[in-house]
Amino acid sequence: MSTELIIFYFFAALALGSGVFILLTRNLMYAAFALFLALLGVAALFVLAGADFLAVAQLMVYVGGILVLLIFGIMLTRTADPEATSQTPNRVLVALGRKFWGVVVSLGLFIVLFLVIVQANFALVGDTLNSRSTIRTLGVELMTTHLLPFEIAGILLLVALVGAAYLAMNRNFDPTE
Amino acid sequence: MNSAIPLFHFLVVAAALFSLGLAVAVTKRNVIGILIGLELMLNAVNLNLIAFSRHDPVLLRGQLFALFVIVVAAAEVTVALAIVLRVYHHYGSIDPDETKELRG
Repeated sequence: MSTELIIFYFFAALALGSGVFILLTRNLMYAAFALFLALLGVAALFVLAGADFLAVAQLMVYVGGILVLLIFGIMLTRTADPEATSQTPNRVLVALGRKFWGVVVSLGLFIVLFLVIVQANFALVGDTLNSRSTIRTLGVELMTTHLLPFEIAGILLLVALVGAAYLAMNRNFDPTE
Repeated sequence: MNSAIPLFHFLVVAAALFSLGLAVAVTKRNVIGILIGLELMLNAVNLNLIAFSRHDPVLLRGQLFALFVIVVAAAEVTVALAIVLRVYHHYGSIDPDETKELRG
């Protein structure tokens, strides 16, 4: 077994183990931190698949942006525990429902996907990615063939951020309170 | 360089991650928990795209698609959290089972 394969198994186990932990834990705070580990594992798998730039983008966007936003959301929407002091750990408990059907549906989906993957016979023509960096190709492609989607993505981000800021504004603000 | 990791491994890991994300999104009775499951599913899809993109070294179309998926995921989470904050102010809870009335 090569070293690369061992590293692959390690990070795949990290990502999947964190996913199982997110599924089982009732504490939303721990779920958010486990999501960090899962994203880290997936970023490492990106590197192993030859996508170095996307791994860095994944870490910056997800860990630096989305995860912080999620934790902000958890903290802003929690109901305060009256017995909590600054010494007690954060316990943002969330009820679990539909456990039976959730597990049945996702297990069935996994079995179906696994059978499809096993039976599929991918005819992969062409050479695989060599070890050089992908940044040059991605940059050239973004600025030539995919220029229009690139610009649309920029406008989408602008619209989403302005819309989110407007939506989250407290419109019921009463200055007399 | 021929990578030592077969495509099959990536696809199985991505399928398992997608199923886990679906299970999280179905079982958590909290909108932010559902968002966490959604992020797991989007990551699994990205893993598939990038694994196939290994066999397209000239154009890297899979990686470009994954880049746009990341951008859309970031936009989606910001809008979703803004809506979650409004729902919390209005209903006092973000349990999707308890927010039944659509009346403003």
